[in-house]
Amino acid sequence: MDVLISGLLLGGAYALVAMGLNLQYGVARIMNLANGEVLVLGGLAAFWGFVSFGVSPIVSLLIVGPLAFIGSWVIYAFLLRPLVKRARNRGQLEVDTILATFGMSFFLVGLMVSLQAEYFTYSFLAVPVSVLGTTVAANRLVAALLAAAIGTALYLWLNRSRAGMAVRAVAVSPQSAGLVGINVARISALAFALGGTVTALGGSLISTFVTLDASAGVIFTMKALIIVIMGGVGDIRGSIVAALILGLVETAVATVVDPGLTLVAAYAIFLAVLLFRPQGLFGRRSA
Amino acid sequence: MKTSAKPAGVLVLLIAASCVPFIADGYWLSIAVTIVMYTALSTSWALFSGPTHLIALSTGAFYGVGGYLVATGMSDFGASFWTMAALAPLAALLLAGAIGVATLRLSGVYFVIFTLGLAEMIRNLVSWVQNNFLGSRGLYVLTELEERHIYWMLLAVTAAIFLFGWRLGRSRMGFALRILGNDEEVARHVGIDTARTKILLFMSTGFFAALVGAIVAPRYYYIEPNVVFSPELSFLVVIMALLGGTRHLWGPLLGVVPFTLLWETVSATFPNATTMMLGVAFLAIVYLIPDGITGLAAKLKPRRLS
Repeated sequence: MDVLISGLLLGGAYALVAMGLNLQYGVARIMNLANGEVLVLGGLAAFWGFVSFGVSPIVSLLIVGPLAFIGSWVIYAFLLRPLVKRARNRGQLEVDTILATFGMSFFLVGLMVSLQAEYFTYSFLAVPVSVLGTTVAANRLVAALLAAAIGTALYLWLNRSRAGMAVRAVAVSPQSAGLVGINVARISALAFALGGTVTALGGSLISTFVTLDASAGVIFTMKALIIVIMGGVGDIRGSIVAALILGLVETAVATVVDPGLTLVAAYAIFLAVLLFRPQGLFGRRSA
Repeated sequence: MKTSAKPAGVLVLLIAASCVPFIADGYWLSIAVTIVMYTALSTSWALFSGPTHLIALSTGAFYGVGGYLVATGMSDFGASFWTMAALAPLAALLLAGAIGVATLRLSGVYFVIFTLGLAEMIRNLVSWVQNNFLGSRGLYVLTELEERHIYWMLLAVTAAIFLFGWRLGRSRMGFALRILGNDEEVARHVGIDTARTKILLFMSTGFFAALVGAIVAPRYYYIEPNVVFSPELSFLVVIMALLGGTRHLWGPLLGVVPFTLLWETVSATFPNATTMMLGVAFLAIVYLIPDGITGLAAKLKPRRLS
């Protein structure tokens, strides 16, 4: 039961980050390998706000969100859009964006190391609360609830609003979306920026219960990628289910076998998905 | 005329390179070892990633497997350096085959993602095995080998990789690979088993990377998983190969030499800024020289009419 509850709570935070990556890859067609660094940047902002100004990480979400949105939009418009234009086909774009976002990820790690070389340690809401007979830290519970709220809002926006419909149309086919009068470039930028925002918010939430440091990003990128692939590219529901599965399996391995093996567990899941269901849990088989 | 001049030129270059330990020692010899090591790694990387356009980030993982197997074989099982240096690349060959079978039959992006965390994952696994089953002591690689011996061995491996690449370019498989690189759809229609071709070539990359890792192991003396499974190595190899250009066999060499010298200076002058520099190097390659130095040279050179 302990494993189940903490696994689900961890999975909730993963889900948010994976949703961000899914928007960037599924809609904007950018395989963003700097995703984990954006997450850590969100965590760093929350840490700073708390330690230097005494601002609660929950309040600082209100500042982190808009900043991440503007920052991601600028990166898309000035660095990634030229690559989209230059690419002759999807494969070329993939190679270019992978290399470019590697560059960004290293740059961000270097930047963050120079800003804060030590671990981002702070204590927020580290009080035990009881959930269904299991004791968990209040910060984990709050983080998971907020992640669920943000995720639900995003889901409703995508499925109920006009702009959300345009985003989903671009995810299905950028060419056809352009034919029905959707400004594909604009929607891609919007999706990329939203993805960055959600990731940074997830990072702020994660930092309340996981001790991050400047170079922690790549592991989160890896996990988010595994979740997106397991859930199916472009499928938000799939991401949520996959994130919960990963959270559960990781927590189980960490408690039963060894905490050092969580990445190995993630890889085992990845391998199973690749061998048995490469299109993802909810994905449809395509050519 | 050109065809007879080329092998002679290569031979002269090789002989010149093998004389380096007689004139250089200490600092410059260690730079030379680094250059030969990266030449071997990035040339064999480019043989696979150049034509297939799949960014393999597994060099660090295979290099680590090579170094770690030598260390654990010598420290935990009392094997000789030569036995382990022969076994390690074979183990990597099998590992690369398994990874290839799992990922290379699917869309390329899965492969890139899989290799991204591979070094870290194997490091975690190896540390766990080491701590729980083999006893967590340090692993020592004590041999009679000196820096210059390592240099000569690496030079021999590099020569072997060039020979392999040259033979590959003239083989049926090399031809298949060029078609595959231009258009995978076409390659499949003319009856090329694209997955098999990619897997076999990826295995060669794993083999050579582990061989280099095994040969370089005596340089460390004391080996910890944290040292040999370095993700940074994978990225450096990618940068150097792309900087040189992957269209020609000797392209990566043109990237390795200037980049190693530059990197030595940069990491000695600004030891805290290396990560950021790595980022800048990646961005510079993507935005400024997407085809590498050889691509740039081809563009600048006026086209000859033929």
